[in-house]
Amino acid sequence: MKKNILISTGVLSVVLIFFVNAKKTSILENSEKYEVGDYARDFNLKSTDGTMVSMAGMKEAKGFIIIFTCNTCPFSKMYEERIKELHTEYSTKGFPVIAINPNDQDLSPEDSFESMKARAKAQKFNFPYLQDETQEIVTSYGASRTPQVFVLLKEKDKYKVAYEGAIDNNHRDASMASKKYVKEAVDNLLLGKEVQTKFTKAIGCSIKWKES
Amino acid sequence: MRTVIALFLIVIAQSCEQKTNKIEIIKFSDLENIILNSHSDYLVLNFWATWCAPCVKELPQFDQLLSRHQENGLEVILVSFDFVEQLEKKVSPFVERKKIKSEVVLLDETDYNSFIDKIDPGWSGAIPATLMINKRTGKRVFFEKEFKEGELENAFNSVMN
Repeated sequence: MKKNILISTGVLSVVLIFFVNAKKTSILENSEKYEVGDYARDFNLKSTDGTMVSMAGMKEAKGFIIIFTCNTCPFSKMYEERIKELHTEYSTKGFPVIAINPNDQDLSPEDSFESMKARAKAQKFNFPYLQDETQEIVTSYGASRTPQVFVLLKEKDKYKVAYEGAIDNNHRDASMASKKYVKEAVDNLLLGKEVQTKFTKAIGCSIKWKES
Repeated sequence: MRTVIALFLIVIAQSCEQKTNKIEIIKFSDLENIILNSHSDYLVLNFWATWCAPCVKELPQFDQLLSRHQENGLEVILVSFDFVEQLEKKVSPFVERKKIKSEVVLLDETDYNSFIDKIDPGWSGAIPATLMINKRTGKRVFFEKEFKEGELENAFNSVMN
C-alpha cells in the first residue's frame, strides 16, 4: 500500500528500500508504488494543448489508461502509434488515454514542455500529453520507467488500479505481440469482468528524477 | 601433442577475440548459462543501452571495478538492450570509442515480462540495473539504480564479504 508521507511533505527524494530474502537482496530506487487494488490519486496537470487536465474533469469516463511516457526514451517512441490506437479505440468506450511525462527537464532538456508540445504536434498525438513538472504524481504512483501503464477503473469518485505494467509483450513489432496486456485489461473491465493479467514488467528507461 | 595444438589454437582464438571485443548476440537462456557456468568468484552484470544516458554515465565505473578486482576473480558482463540492428552502426563503435574492456553482450529479446523476475523479483525493468553474484557463497545483490561516482566500488565490497 502507498504511504502518503512523501507526497504530503512534497519531498521527491528517491527512497532506497532493502528487500532481504536469505542470500538475495534487492536495492531499489523509489520502490513505493501503487499495487493493483489500490486507489490512485487524481491530478491536475497542464497539457500540451494548453488546458489543465484531471480525471475528475472527464465526468463521462468509466476509467482511464494512464501512461507514464516521454519524448526521449526509444521504447516510448516505439509505442507512440500503439498509444494513439488505444486512445482511438477506448476513449469512445469510456477509457481515454492520459499520457504523463514525468522526466525532470533540467536533467533531460528534450523533455521540456516546449519539446513535448513539438512532439505531440509532430506525432499527431490524439490524447492529452501532460507534464508532471514537480514529479509529485509519478512519485505517488510509484512508476519507475517509461513507458509504464496504470489502467484505472472509476468507482464513484475514486480510481482503482486494475492493471499495471507494459502495453504488450513485443516492443519491436506490435503485430508480433502475442499478449496485448492493456487492451485485454480494458476489454475485461468493459465486460464487467476481473482483469486476467493484472501486472507485467518490461524493460524501460529509468525516470529522470530531480536531483535532491 | 594433439591436445597441445588444440589448446594452442584455443588460446590464439581467445586472444583474437579479446582484441576485437566482439559483441555476442544472446538470448536470455544464454545469459542464464553464462551466469550458471561462470568459473569466476564474483560476477557483476550491468544492464544498459547506448541510448540510456544514466547507464552511459556510470559505465566507466564498471571498467574501473574490473581492473581493480580482476585478480580477485571478478568478471564483469555488460548486457546491452540496444536493438540488434544497431549493433554494427552504434553499439560496436561506442564500445570501441569508449575503450570498454569489460565483456559486452547484446540481449536480443522481446518478451521482457518472461525473464525480468528471473534476474531479480524486485526489478521493475528500468535501466540502469546491476546484479552482483558472489559465486562462492551464492549471495546475490540486485540494484535498480544509477551508481554515482565511487558508489559501485563500495557496493561491490559489500557483496564480496
